[in-house]
Amino acid sequence: MQQAQFAHIKKLFQETVPTVDFASLRYHRDCDDLVAVRQDVLEPLRTNRDQGVMVTVHHRGGIGYGATSELTPSGLREAFARAVAWAERLGSVAVTDFSKIDMPHKRGEFKSPVREPWDGLSLRSKVEMLSDASRRLKRGSSIVDWSADLWHLRSDRLYLTNGGGEIYQSFDRLVPSLSVTANKGSETVTRTFGHMAVCRQQGFELLAETGFNTASEQLAEEALELLAAPNCPSAQMDLLLAPDQMVLQIHESIGHPLELDRILGDERNYAGTSFVTMDMFGRYQYGSPLLNVTFDPSRPEQAASYAFDDEGSPAELQYIIKDGILLRPLGGTISQARADYDGVASARADSWRRPAIDRMSNLNVEPGTVFFEDMIEGVERGIYMQTNCSWSIDDSRNKFQFGCERAQLIENGKLTKVVKKPNYRGISSNFWRSLKSVGHLSNMEVLGTPYCGKGEPNQAITVGHASPPCLFANVDVFGGE
Amino acid sequence: MQQYFYDLADFVGVQLQSGEIYTTYLTGENSDFCRFSGGKVRQAGGVKQYSLSLRLINGQRHAQGSLSLSSHKDSDRQQIKDLLGILREQLAELPEDPYLLYATDVQSSEARRQNLLPDSREVVANIIERASGLDLVGIYAAGSIYRGFANSLGQRNWYESYPFNLDWSLYLQGDKAVKTSYAGFVWEDGAFAQKLADAKAQLAVLNLPPRTIKPGQYTVYLAPPALAEVTDMLSWNAFGLKAHRTKQTSLLKMVEAGVSMNSAVTMRENTAEGLAPDFSDSGYRRPAQVNLITNGHYQDSLVSPRSAKEYGVATNAAGDGESPQSLELAAGTIERSDVPQILGEGVYINNLWYLNYSDQSACRMTGLTRFASFWVENGEIKQPVNVMRFDESALRMLGDKLVGLTKERDMIMSAHTYERRSVNSAHLPGAVIKDFSFTL
Repeated sequence: MQQAQFAHIKKLFQETVPTVDFASLRYHRDCDDLVAVRQDVLEPLRTNRDQGVMVTVHHRGGIGYGATSELTPSGLREAFARAVAWAERLGSVAVTDFSKIDMPHKRGEFKSPVREPWDGLSLRSKVEMLSDASRRLKRGSSIVDWSADLWHLRSDRLYLTNGGGEIYQSFDRLVPSLSVTANKGSETVTRTFGHMAVCRQQGFELLAETGFNTASEQLAEEALELLAAPNCPSAQMDLLLAPDQMVLQIHESIGHPLELDRILGDERNYAGTSFVTMDMFGRYQYGSPLLNVTFDPSRPEQAASYAFDDEGSPAELQYIIKDGILLRPLGGTISQARADYDGVASARADSWRRPAIDRMSNLNVEPGTVFFEDMIEGVERGIYMQTNCSWSIDDSRNKFQFGCERAQLIENGKLTKVVKKPNYRGISSNFWRSLKSVGHLSNMEVLGTPYCGKGEPNQAITVGHASPPCLFANVDVFGGE
Repeated sequence: MQQYFYDLADFVGVQLQSGEIYTTYLTGENSDFCRFSGGKVRQAGGVKQYSLSLRLINGQRHAQGSLSLSSHKDSDRQQIKDLLGILREQLAELPEDPYLLYATDVQSSEARRQNLLPDSREVVANIIERASGLDLVGIYAAGSIYRGFANSLGQRNWYESYPFNLDWSLYLQGDKAVKTSYAGFVWEDGAFAQKLADAKAQLAVLNLPPRTIKPGQYTVYLAPPALAEVTDMLSWNAFGLKAHRTKQTSLLKMVEAGVSMNSAVTMRENTAEGLAPDFSDSGYRRPAQVNLITNGHYQDSLVSPRSAKEYGVATNAAGDGESPQSLELAAGTIERSDVPQILGEGVYINNLWYLNYSDQSACRMTGLTRFASFWVENGEIKQPVNVMRFDESALRMLGDKLVGLTKERDMIMSAHTYERRSVNSAHLPGAVIKDFSFTL
């Protein structure tokens, strides 16, 4: 059925594409299903089906787009006419001469490597699995709220260009969640299964690989333990971040500042600018020599792997930071042309409603050589933080403050007391230069987030971040009230 | 679009089988977007989208799904039949829902604004021309917005509006910029020209050498857009009944530990004066006002139908997230023009940015200054202030640290466009706060 719909869209494109310098069509058919059990009661199911097209033209120097869910000849003609009208009217005041940009016209395909698909398990079985996970979260009267969810996202896409480009991509993602909240008087703590960071292009095999089915009891015990724990102390100390906090640290203080559209100034009214400038690439010491960061769309199961971005550019593994030195920005074909600098294939759109903008995709910290136990042993006075729960960073992506669900003090090479409401703050560049140890491949976790927001109009997209635990020196750490 | 939606609703009704009830909700828009960067056009285009959400109820069982409409009758009817088939299959496998509650009193309504918007491309051309030579960044969004509700009991509700929202900043250099917005229903070129002139005048102050202040406690003024960032954080989880009953509200200390805000603080969900429709996606009509905080004391929560059933109270037609859509904070007594003098020495903050909780149970938030923030000395604005991070409890900001609220309030139309253009708004004064904690 999907092939028939692709053929229908291709025929529509051929019938309606105008004579312009460049034209593309991006068709999405998206399924969004949520099954959730809260306090052992099934929540209303979510079964969303969404399809539409985005057409884009480069014409007389300008750029224009039209998005519609009217998948008929008249619907596409109207969308193209709208796109052409915008390009014609404002081509003379565009940020660049879009007609001169050499857009790709590639052919290819991609499919998520799902072994145990969403539809392979009945609704009843999903509900039973979640009900069981939910029941095991309720461990005592202090637990005041608890839930278990499975969120499935499938997106089938077709990208066509007026130069013969034809790309099929099918993305299948699963986001399992557990949450447990404990309370005593005016104090409440929550523990989650990675705070939505467990997000991959996989089927139900993800649950076994990440321990979802057996995580409930431990999360509940940890919530109760946190409720009785003292606040995180305020001090400067070594900070060891678990992979489910590294996700956020990479995302906010490496990913966003390296987005080329920020550096070019497009995001200054909303998501912000960047402390990074074009002259830093190739020479700026972003982090300690231990820091190696890759744009890696080639790890099939990671949340934002793909063969082509939404400008039709082929995606391949690239080092963004090598041995601590900043090498290249995260920007697609159009931004690269505007900046006259090589980037990566990272122009993406969250749906057929929105045009492609520069994104992160998979941005990973490459593993080092130190095992987790050895990292702990090497710390005299420090703290180990797990699972992001709070994030804030300035519009230049410099001054940050992040909070975690759980922390444990490290004293004389050993993990000791559990503390609650751990926060830390710093400045991006100083922070990455204080990186003193990078965890081993065996401690690396492939994570991500389904919610990365930016763009005008706004878009929320899935990105992937894989990382081992990482140790930072002398960080400003503090707790709650 | 209204008649098309009602016809589809009638079609759904015809498809029902014995014992079945449906509710349906439409969200739609035909929007123009133009994105500016450096006073030029980065991306421009249009988005036409209509999404139909459909809930099928049979006894205490229900299932819900949504689809994007093509605006072609035969195609959309087939999509609806297919979705009904999926929902029926789900119903057969689902348990009864103890918290199912849906509107049974038929309360139809219709609210339609006239379309007074000019051609978007001409508006944009005019903006570009007036901003010639200026580093203007932002977005113009305009066009129709639709919401509709229908159910098998015969209720029909319709909302149709044609707003525009130019959300923009004027940059001087680096991160020094003036942020403003121009939103409404009738574009007036003269009004935009005046806002542009005001922003240019502020750029002159931003051109002065910036001051870097040390972490510590300062008297600050939060202009309405800055205060809106604080109330947006509260809107996330402070006012919902579920958040209260599960002890996750950030106002926990108000309801569990007897903490109160300043008696000048009165907050309402004011649907009557907001821009959002007065009916919910579940078909309930929203009350004109819900008093959330009165004279500093917590009063009522926002209650979705599901929470109403779960906790045995009446719903006030809140959405599933139980967040305000039309938040209002009562005016105070300070004249806005007197703010620099009241500050004496302190920081005049036009915008805050990227707030999040650093201790949710204590309602303590962190975030940053952004855009035009100024150092005030001897009651006069002296120079711009470099970005500072704060970490402060909103209970204290609006409690014992609150010096006062301004008489004048801004009506802030949300510029958010995640998935669709927002219809939310906030009606807020500015706030003078003492001992406000900057940390980095």
